[in-house]
Amino acid sequence: MRKFLKILAKPFTETAGLARWMLVIGLAITAVFVILAIFAPLLAPYGFAQASADGVKFPKAGAPSGDHWFGTDRLFFDVLSRVIWGARTAIEVVILSIVICVAVGVPLGLVSGYYGGWVDRILVLIMDAMFAFPSFLLAIVFSFLLTGLLGGTVLAVALSLSAIYVPQYFRVVRNTTVSAKEAAYVEAARAIGASDFVIMRRYLFGNVVQSVPVLGTLNAADAILTLAGLGFLGLGIQSTDAAEWGHDLNRALADAGSGIWWTGLYPGLAIVLLVTGLTLVGEGLNETINPTLRRRRLLPVVMSGPAAREER
Amino acid sequence: MPTKPDSTMPDSTMPGSGLGASPIVDVRDLSVHFGLRGGTLARLFGRDAGVVKAVDGVNLALAPGEVVGLVGESGSGKSTLGRSLLGLAPATEGSIKFRGQDLASLSRRSLRDMRRHIQMVFQDPSAALNPAMTIEEAVGDALRVHGMRSAAERRVKVIDALERVGLSPVELFLEKYPRDLSGGQKQRVVIARAIITGPSVLVADEPISMLDMSVRAKILQLMLDLKKDLGLTYVYITHDLASAKYFCDRIAIMYLGRIVEIGPTEEIFANPRHPYTKALLRAIPDPDPGRQLPRDLPRGEVPDAAQPPLGCSFHPRCSEATDICGWESRDLRTIVEAHWTRRSPEEYEAERSLVGDLDHLERPEKSATLGKEGAESARAFLDRVRSEAPDDPMWRGVDMIEDEGSGVRVRFHEGVDPALRRSGGVEVACVLYPEESEA
Repeated sequence: MRKFLKILAKPFTETAGLARWMLVIGLAITAVFVILAIFAPLLAPYGFAQASADGVKFPKAGAPSGDHWFGTDRLFFDVLSRVIWGARTAIEVVILSIVICVAVGVPLGLVSGYYGGWVDRILVLIMDAMFAFPSFLLAIVFSFLLTGLLGGTVLAVALSLSAIYVPQYFRVVRNTTVSAKEAAYVEAARAIGASDFVIMRRYLFGNVVQSVPVLGTLNAADAILTLAGLGFLGLGIQSTDAAEWGHDLNRALADAGSGIWWTGLYPGLAIVLLVTGLTLVGEGLNETINPTLRRRRLLPVVMSGPAAREER
Repeated sequence: MPTKPDSTMPDSTMPGSGLGASPIVDVRDLSVHFGLRGGTLARLFGRDAGVVKAVDGVNLALAPGEVVGLVGESGSGKSTLGRSLLGLAPATEGSIKFRGQDLASLSRRSLRDMRRHIQMVFQDPSAALNPAMTIEEAVGDALRVHGMRSAAERRVKVIDALERVGLSPVELFLEKYPRDLSGGQKQRVVIARAIITGPSVLVADEPISMLDMSVRAKILQLMLDLKKDLGLTYVYITHDLASAKYFCDRIAIMYLGRIVEIGPTEEIFANPRHPYTKALLRAIPDPDPGRQLPRDLPRGEVPDAAQPPLGCSFHPRCSEATDICGWESRDLRTIVEAHWTRRSPEEYEAERSLVGDLDHLERPEKSATLGKEGAESARAFLDRVRSEAPDDPMWRGVDMIEDEGSGVRVRFHEGVDPALRRSGGVEVACVLYPEESEA
């Protein structure tokens, strides 16, 4: 239990100054959304595509009230429920797309950086070409293609989001591998008889993935925005398949002129909060993990008497 | 390069080594060449940027249980030779036989298996250990890659190896990361990793040069103890002759990829033959401030290994060079430019207009053209240069100076690339020590 608490307190104890507060606030905001996502069926008062309860139809575009805290929209859906269920969709898509990115980008980067040669050149060329595209355009193209194949599912959207982020993971891992493979410990590993696969897995992997968590959280924030953008354009997930903030914003567009503010405000607020939370976590992690920024953490040493000395 | 096939020494001259035993490692005519990448344009047009002959025709036989030192400056190819013994630097030519088996003929997999018998200790222990592995993992990984699956089994061996290298109490070190250890402790871990697979040959690439003075002797002593206990054979790579004297049975002096002198340590120190060996011995710092040794260290820098000097590659820096050492156009350029460094700017401009650009001398050739204002002025210029440094060995190499075009052509004597030849108790590659008739 003590150990668990220690791990839980790590963002606080292992950081300092601004990085600490960014990390802690970011984690708190993100945690709220993760909890909403996990317990959506319990926390949401209604289903995301539910237009009536106990045989009573919900009001059309009803203002916030005791029954519907965030009001209802033109399709009779409860806005609060859709915001909560939307968190689930967002978290699902983001986690899935980052898992895909890491699973594809990291091994490709390792192999490309380690072996070099023409494999490396071709992979770098492909990745750079993908990177050069406007990312949102790429996401639109991919979601067109993939929704045709897989339908408007979470998987299809996650895949099209990973297509934009894979090049980033590839480049970070490949470049660190290129420099890490020249290290003496890689030569030493070869000298003890390690195969290329063993060198990549046991010697290089641990040393090149250090910046991946930072990249992951920063990309997660970006992915939320892209997901919302796709939904806003009516691509990706349909409102009857799952609640999606971007899609809700699109439908709220017509309401804004007629004084119905609640359908647009709450999904928009959710997007802003989650993106802020994830960005804070990413920047906080970056300050803590990134060796070029870590120097700031070195605090002045204060000599203290033996009585004041205690185990840290 | 006509190196004699019998040039590897018979064991009878090696003190303290197994008499008449067949060599455990036998290196024959080994060459390791590295292709240069060249500039972007050269690569685009597929032009060859040339090769660096890191190791160039080396013969070396290691008797079981002996300690052979490879000594030389940076860039002499000593580390490459050491790495090639493990197959880490692929041999371009020649063969490396370990217990009669040629490393070049092995598949990648069997070469990896072979490495458990030949292990390596690295120069920088901080860099040679994976920062993401604990000491136990790092040392045990040598066993793991050779197929020992059981972690408990590995742990027993790791503890044994760490105890052997003097890291005790072992429990204190197992869970530590390299960053928690001192330089000497890290080097002990590196040695433990090297001996844990039970090798018979250990290549030590400057194992003490990155360590504090206070732990150097301890590490060397540890290596000697391990040699006695485990029956190891060492290849000790160093630039420090003083530690080689303490540590080695036999010393090979390397220069630009070749062995220029090889023999028993006592003989090398008591009676150095090659001018380069003499220069290295003079370079050993002497702690007695009252004694002033003449330190005529070799002049200049180690030449570019991509375009080594013609003839004997040490001749441009040699104080005992003769007429047949392989003098060439680049040596003329060096001496002319040295002359100019001592001139006033006006004199330099005047002389510079006499001889013009010297860049064409950069191509190594047996003759060199000089001057563009007529033969007379060019001869007068050369005489001025010569009168300033009449004792420079380069002038011995000048065969004749003849008029040609708007200047003169300086012809040099035909150079000799000396092979390793027996001389007394050692073998030396220098024209000053010609073939000895076998007694």
